[in-house]
Amino acid sequence: MTETKNTQMVEGLKPTASLFEERWDIFKRNHLAYFSFIFLMVLFIFAIIGKILTRWVVLFDPKLVRLPEKFLPPLTPFTSKIIPTEEAPMFNMYILGTDELGRDLFARMLEGTSVSLTVGFIAVSISIFLGILFGGTAGYYGKFRWGFLTIDTIIMRFVDIMLCFPTFFLILTVVALLPPSIYNIMIIIGLTSWMGTARFVRAEFLSLRELDYVTAARSQAIPEWRIILIHMVPNAIAPVLVSATIGVATAILTESSLSFLGFGVQPPDATWGNILSDGKQFIFDAPWITFIPGFSILFVVLAFNLCGEGMREAFNPKLKEGV
Amino acid sequence: MIQFVLKNIGQRLVLLFFISIISHAIVHLAPGEPSLVDPSNPRMKAEDIQRIRAAFHLDEPLHIQYVYWMKDLFTGNLKSFKDNQPVLKKIWDRFLNSLPLFIVGTLITWFLAFPIGIQAALKRGSMFDKIGTFLSYALISIPGFFLSYICIIFMVKTFNVPVIGMRTFGLENAGIMLRSMDRVWHWTLPSLMSAVAGVAILSRYVRSQMLEVINQDYIRTARAKGLPETTVIYRHGLRNALLPFITMFGLTIPGLIGGSVIFETIFAWPGMGRLGFEAILARDFPVILTLNFISAILVLIGTFISDILYAVVDPRIKF
Repeated sequence: MTETKNTQMVEGLKPTASLFEERWDIFKRNHLAYFSFIFLMVLFIFAIIGKILTRWVVLFDPKLVRLPEKFLPPLTPFTSKIIPTEEAPMFNMYILGTDELGRDLFARMLEGTSVSLTVGFIAVSISIFLGILFGGTAGYYGKFRWGFLTIDTIIMRFVDIMLCFPTFFLILTVVALLPPSIYNIMIIIGLTSWMGTARFVRAEFLSLRELDYVTAARSQAIPEWRIILIHMVPNAIAPVLVSATIGVATAILTESSLSFLGFGVQPPDATWGNILSDGKQFIFDAPWITFIPGFSILFVVLAFNLCGEGMREAFNPKLKEGV
Repeated sequence: MIQFVLKNIGQRLVLLFFISIISHAIVHLAPGEPSLVDPSNPRMKAEDIQRIRAAFHLDEPLHIQYVYWMKDLFTGNLKSFKDNQPVLKKIWDRFLNSLPLFIVGTLITWFLAFPIGIQAALKRGSMFDKIGTFLSYALISIPGFFLSYICIIFMVKTFNVPVIGMRTFGLENAGIMLRSMDRVWHWTLPSLMSAVAGVAILSRYVRSQMLEVINQDYIRTARAKGLPETTVIYRHGLRNALLPFITMFGLTIPGLIGGSVIFETIFAWPGMGRLGFEAILARDFPVILTLNFISAILVLIGTFISDILYAVVDPRIKF
């Protein structure tokens, strides 16, 4: 008697935590990953504030050249008599020093934060979009025939072809041949990195397609686009988001490598990558121009990687609560 | 078995054909032509540009240019736009320079990654494991050229040795010992730098493979039989954990070109990556295309070998 009552009570109750909350608790137990997550959130706020303060309410001007003030080390107070006071840096101090043209490094880093993150995020958005498009089509409509080839064969062979190119060399070729522009860089990084996502999504879709809830949805004559976008994509998205987190890190690194070879985002737009590669000529005279962006990239990319890895572990269905 | 091999080769040839078409299209459709590299040169007249364009078949339609490229490539007549040298010979010379770097780098990668990964898996959750995990993430997060600069400064200041280039000029008449030491110093940093990312990724991968294998039933059986721990780990565990790495080996080969661009530029190493970079700067289409093509061939050969090896090594795979 009591047993039935208990069962009824248990069945009547909602689960104490939703699936997402349960996974979130697992994620939080990984201190390194959780700390990285908070660090990234702070960084996003910093990037937005930086964008506002360097673009619209110009408190920190990254483009202001003060030639007499070049190569000042970090935390130098502003004492110049030559430069008019309205051109003095904020707080009357060069917080991170100045570069070879006397530009305030702090202002440039602030501007670079939002540009670098934008490059990473847009590139990854493009690659996720293409990955879901191709992977989803191959997984859901794979059996359709076009001549003697199935759609699945066509798409997956195309993925194989793309995987055979040496990625960095391909990016470099295209970036070098196209006119230099920040949009080209984002688009090309996105266009060359969708193959992994496509494989994930295809595999997920192949198994999801056979599940009961999809059959149920189909039996209710729900349109196919709705089944795919509203019922199937959210169930396949977890591994994609994890690889996207790591993808942002890779895109930031790729941009900095391109900057090193002179094909990155062009001045006057500042990114961490091109501040770093400009600074390398002055590594002995002004090491801070190299080390500040270098370590910023290191920490941010590290945070993205650790956060992505923590999420991968937390969202791994094999890992259950309490194990 | 033979049928499997033949089918495999056939598929790869088809892939290769499409790769060549796509890379040809990408390079030729992008704006910017070899004749436009130096537009401010006053000695370049309009008729010169016309002559150059005609000599390189640049006025022909795209598919005819493709046929020309393929024909020249396979008869060995393909010439570089830049200096009219045969492309294959240029690439071969640079390949011989890149090869030692690649071999040393790969050896460092595999010899460091396996012990580290295995130790981390056996002592899961220990200090060694935690530090190793953190370090490997740090090493793949640092921009390669930034790390290289730090290391160059460190090496030059501490050991006072030359690190840039392939050898020191003016040492040609020195004794054999001095010369070979000089070579070794020049090899050290570039190969270490190109191995760093590989060690970090591979050791993580070894660790997760080992962890998976160690929890299998047959390992427990081996322990229950009373076998010594080293036999259990290295004979029963490691052998099974090794299987996926056969696949990884095939995938490291494209690094010979793509991954080395940055390091060969930093260390002024006259290898394939730098050849590619110079060719891109000069819009030297035959060299770019051929490098791309060769690296695709290398990938396909690598994956082919690993497919075959996999089938040979793993008795569970049947044809």
